[in-house]
Amino acid sequence: MNTKKKLNQIFASILLNSIYAMKNYPIMFINTLLSPLSMLVIIVIVSRGALIGVGIEGAFIMTMLSGGLSLQGDLSHLKNDFKLQDIVVSSPTTSFIYMIGMGLSELIYIIPTLIVLLILAILFIHATIVQALIMLIALIIIFLFSISLGFFLSTFTSDVMQSWGMTNVISTLLSTIPPVYYLITYIPMPFQYIAYISPTTYAAEILQSITGYLQITPLNFYVDWLVLIILTVIMLVLSIRKSRWREN
Amino acid sequence: MHSVYCKNISKIYHNKKKALNNVSFSFKGKGILSIIGKNGAGKTTLIRILATELVPTSGTVIIDDINIVKNPEEIRKNIAIIPQEARAVQWLTPKQTLISYLMYRGFSYSESKKLAIESLKKLSLTKNLNTLNRLLSGGTKRKVLVSYVLFSGAKIIFLDEPTTGLDPISRSELWNLLKKLKDDYLIVLTTHYLEEAERLSDKIILIDDGKLVAYDSMDGLRKKIKYNYSILISNNIQKMPKFINVKYKIIKGLNSGYQILTNEKDSEKITNILIKNNIKFSINPVSLEDIFYYLVKKTISEDSDNSDNDEY
Repeated sequence: MNTKKKLNQIFASILLNSIYAMKNYPIMFINTLLSPLSMLVIIVIVSRGALIGVGIEGAFIMTMLSGGLSLQGDLSHLKNDFKLQDIVVSSPTTSFIYMIGMGLSELIYIIPTLIVLLILAILFIHATIVQALIMLIALIIIFLFSISLGFFLSTFTSDVMQSWGMTNVISTLLSTIPPVYYLITYIPMPFQYIAYISPTTYAAEILQSITGYLQITPLNFYVDWLVLIILTVIMLVLSIRKSRWREN
Repeated sequence: MHSVYCKNISKIYHNKKKALNNVSFSFKGKGILSIIGKNGAGKTTLIRILATELVPTSGTVIIDDINIVKNPEEIRKNIAIIPQEARAVQWLTPKQTLISYLMYRGFSYSESKKLAIESLKKLSLTKNLNTLNRLLSGGTKRKVLVSYVLFSGAKIIFLDEPTTGLDPISRSELWNLLKKLKDDYLIVLTTHYLEEAERLSDKIILIDDGKLVAYDSMDGLRKKIKYNYSILISNNIQKMPKFINVKYKIIKGLNSGYQILTNEKDSEKITNILIKNNIKFSINPVSLEDIFYYLVKKTISEDSDNSDNDEY
């Protein structure tokens, strides 16, 4: 199939899941803005402004993560309540194209949040272009991880209530509890190892260290990248190969 | 010319439930192929396998010379399905629904927009183009989904219980639409409305407990039972009169009354006896419903042993 048709199929998901939804229900637009920004406000108030930079970076990570994880709830809703997945399975659209399209549709939702965070980052973090690029790459990887995870889980859910519950649990486990909005050094030593279960810890370490909020060795920095990339590739392969698309 | 060829399809789910058991049939050409059976008979499993949504446990399925079990991607541009319980996405309008669904088929935005309007016009849904789906009636929502497959580019369409839950008028409208479409498409539909299958189908597959019980045209199915008339006695009667020197079969329990299956010649004798005994009845040629019950043998109650006698 030619690239143009694939792009049309990707655009179908963006239209269905975000552009038309926001056009018909503008409240959807505001919803995604609130969660990461409210967390940022709490961190800034509690730390009396000292952690504003870390908080902004954490909000970036949480926004990318929750954008991808929202995919799980949305896809589950579309699959179980409207049978969209069944319709798409029997069409020329492949599971990978569907996942990318739906993933990008979630990105549309988080654009306003990203713009606000970008303005805050320019004001409070003062990153160089190289630092900003490194941060951007780490955030894209986290987004890829989360949409792969969201897509993978959505294909197994049989009810949207189950899916919403799962999204909230995963979101808390991956972004609220791990050192995303704060530094890993705040966690007492034996418990720091638990934080490394979450891929967001590696992304946060990359962002925090590149902007000087966290001191880590160059080896640690490279290990963070390696683990983040490996986890994302594993999740991506799982979502393409093992998700329940055509049922067995 | 389209073709569907199924050989020994079986499906055993993870919970060990055997949903299909060695189902084989073939169909060539355009028209409507109906799959009928009671709830849980295996209709949806069969249509989902044909639509490449579900992998059979064993067996071969070839559609338009493509082995769809091994190469599902190759057939998908030619097929489209409206699954059972599918609903038009409620936060979209019919036009938006069709545009996005058609784009999943690979059409560009401008092509999809043009086709969506054309399709909705064909189904007399022009006035609902920009109304949110959630505000439409059940029948109109169903039509929106059917309109999607019309212009999808697919020539083989799978409809899983397309009229379930529709009121009689909406159902009749959809039947008329399907009748028009059958000249251009191969439509495979599942239904538990036997009247629907009887009115629409060129060929009928009857499945029960995952097994193919019969596969034929309506005329062919009629020949599978030796009776061609059905006499229905709906009110309770104290005693069934005796019918001498006639061939018949009594089924008790259908619609809380009795059904007498007989042939044309003997139907006159039987009805005369019923009239003499002041028993009210109706008489019709055997329907798909009669054939279904006859072949599946599920409604024969306590009189079943006696009713198997052709004469008494």
